[in-house]
Amino acid sequence: MSKNGLNGKSGRLDVRKTYKMLIGGAFVRSESGRALDVEAPGGKWLGHVCRASRKDFRNAVVAARKAAAGWASTTAYLKGQILYRAAEMMEGRSSSLCEVLQSVGHSSAAAKSEVSQSIDLLVYYAGWADKYLQIFGSVNPVSSPYFNFSVTEPMGVVAYVAGEKRPLLDLVSGIAPIVVGGNSVITLSTGRSAVAAMELGEVLATSDIPHGVINLLCGLREELVGQMSSHMDVNALVVQGGDEKEHAASREACALNLKRYFLKSQESKCDEDPYRIMDTVEIKTTWHPVGG
Amino acid sequence: MTDSKISSKGSDWGYAPAPESADHFKLKEQYGLFLGGKFVPAGSGKRFATINPANEKTLAQVADAGEKDVDRAVKAARLAYDKVWRKMSGRERGKYLYRIARIIQERARELAVVESMDGGKPIRESRDVDIPLAAAHFFYHAGWADKLGYAFPGKSVGPIGVAGQIIPWNFPLLMVAWKVAPALACGNTVVLKPAETTPLTALLFAEICQEAGLPDGVFNCITGAGSTGAALVRHPGLDKVAFTGSTDVGKAIQKSLAGKATKLTLELGGKAANIIFEDAAIDQAVEGIINGIFFNQGHVCCAGSRLLVQESVEEEVVEKLKARMEHLIVGDPLDKNTDIGAINSKAQCERIQDYLKVGQEEGAELFQTKCTVPDKGYWIRPSFFTKVAQSHRIVQEEIFGPVLAIQSFRTLNEALEKANNTPYGLSGGVWTDKGAKIFKVTRGIKAGVIWANTFNKFDPASPFGGYKESGYGREGGRHGLRPYVELS
Repeated sequence: MSKNGLNGKSGRLDVRKTYKMLIGGAFVRSESGRALDVEAPGGKWLGHVCRASRKDFRNAVVAARKAAAGWASTTAYLKGQILYRAAEMMEGRSSSLCEVLQSVGHSSAAAKSEVSQSIDLLVYYAGWADKYLQIFGSVNPVSSPYFNFSVTEPMGVVAYVAGEKRPLLDLVSGIAPIVVGGNSVITLSTGRSAVAAMELGEVLATSDIPHGVINLLCGLREELVGQMSSHMDVNALVVQGGDEKEHAASREACALNLKRYFLKSQESKCDEDPYRIMDTVEIKTTWHPVGG
Repeated sequence: MTDSKISSKGSDWGYAPAPESADHFKLKEQYGLFLGGKFVPAGSGKRFATINPANEKTLAQVADAGEKDVDRAVKAARLAYDKVWRKMSGRERGKYLYRIARIIQERARELAVVESMDGGKPIRESRDVDIPLAAAHFFYHAGWADKLGYAFPGKSVGPIGVAGQIIPWNFPLLMVAWKVAPALACGNTVVLKPAETTPLTALLFAEICQEAGLPDGVFNCITGAGSTGAALVRHPGLDKVAFTGSTDVGKAIQKSLAGKATKLTLELGGKAANIIFEDAAIDQAVEGIINGIFFNQGHVCCAGSRLLVQESVEEEVVEKLKARMEHLIVGDPLDKNTDIGAINSKAQCERIQDYLKVGQEEGAELFQTKCTVPDKGYWIRPSFFTKVAQSHRIVQEEIFGPVLAIQSFRTLNEALEKANNTPYGLSGGVWTDKGAKIFKVTRGIKAGVIWANTFNKFDPASPFGGYKESGYGREGGRHGLRPYVELS
């Protein structure tokens, strides 16, 4: 982040960036026109980010639903390639991702570490794309002349509320298992971590991820979680952080359409975990006769 | 549809030549052995020529590795294993494999053209099958490197050590990928010997390892003929041998390793039955027969080299097959219209011609298409035999060329009986509209891979390998990791 914009020697004024959300592949401001101030831990003003409205979330659900079928039917191999490409793009922009993390209070070493962990985590989940079914799918030895097998299928549209502790890693560790499972996702980033999310949006937009598969919102948790848990066209809600009261209210609201609800850990030892992929997929079993 | 004159007479409706260019890369005049990360000449200074089987011209000179070179290669692999590769985290190993996958994709066209020039296969196949699948194999296995614990639940997973790998000439780079990707992903280092008639893409692969920054000695490539391979197998420094090739050589390798701790996997010959039932979609089945036996000139261990067709549709299938075969374009492997390229070598061409003779002497009836073939190079016209008996050599033995043996059957059980009546068990095919019948046939065939209403499909996620004298061990998929890990 530049100082107040003036570059000492040349006297040239920086061109600042307007942080925008990513919905359906487009960079947009909130339809509500509202914004939030973001400050560094010392109180220094960093800029504005959007304050997403409930309508923004609904728009994002429409975009995510539109993208869901195409992404779900993308071959496992191609999904892996696309996520790996996103990791390549992240590596290419690691210095700007580091800058953003430093601007919100990370030391240089901590920023570097979080960025490289995020990239490696994306590569890790990219590798699962064509493997998790080989671990979690099954052929079932039923006691009648049938070929019986179980495969996973994506749930569809998943909403994800990211924690604030690790601005980039909390986001990537939530998105990756949801998306590798074939779902499209709408994320909510809050507080300072919003700037990291918006920076990540620029990386994802230049990767090969189809528009609408990953949608990034930022705003106020207390304003949006209720909408996310009660929306009738969302299949699952994954949440980091929040308090017990919020969790209870969300679980209750999720009952409206039996939305799957998961609390996600913020500990780094839980980041690499293929069982997170299983959270947001369904199991489908097929019976087929054997005879002739 | 049955007008066979169209392609055979070269009428106005024929295809104009559409050759792929070879001017976007330059082969070196000679290639050394790839030892410890560097290209070096053979200790003896000996070289041999690798030629283009479509015109018999020399493409490059290649180093001929002797016993001492083999020893250097194994030592380089051992050093890399002890000092670097076995200690590296799975995540970092995986990243090297991702890099290799990416560079194969980047150099795809060059690799495809060299593959077709060195081996004789149609550019359409090397471009659309061999090279993309080779890259996919590295991608797939890259992802396994840090996930091996999930592939073997309840076990602690480690590498085996140094693997000696010997591969055939029919899918040169793809076989490099099938062998090297799982070995490296699991933490082993490799000494690879490509076939003497098709060493070039393996040597380009060595360049790719350099470009990827792969630590020296993790991958080593020694070129040479059977004696080089025998020296490799004999070397006491190997923990694992993996061989793809003929059943005879596979048996010899197993004998030579008897009494040693060296692990062994073998992917050997095949004589797959492609079974067509009367309720099959006949036109699709005919395409499947064509793909099954004429893909890659029939130089495919899992080729559908025996057609078993239900008696009620035999005449229809054979007539349609003849008509379809007359449209196959045999010729320049670099031409994008070519269906069937050059036979890989003079020796192989003579072997196939012998079988054509043997088949007729045994009383079978030979059909060959009327197409013309170039004067230079090695060619066999698409062929099939009818009136064959189960005991005929052309039914029992692997020909490894574009020659199909056609038999008929009346009942499902008779089809299974005939399908299983060879020493081999690599693959099989079944064509029917009835799903239940498909699964009855797949349960009945003693073979490692069965294709239903398709043939010759390959994927890095899908295990491949044989029953019986087609060898043991699997390549690809979760099961393909097993030959390259030590479980405790």
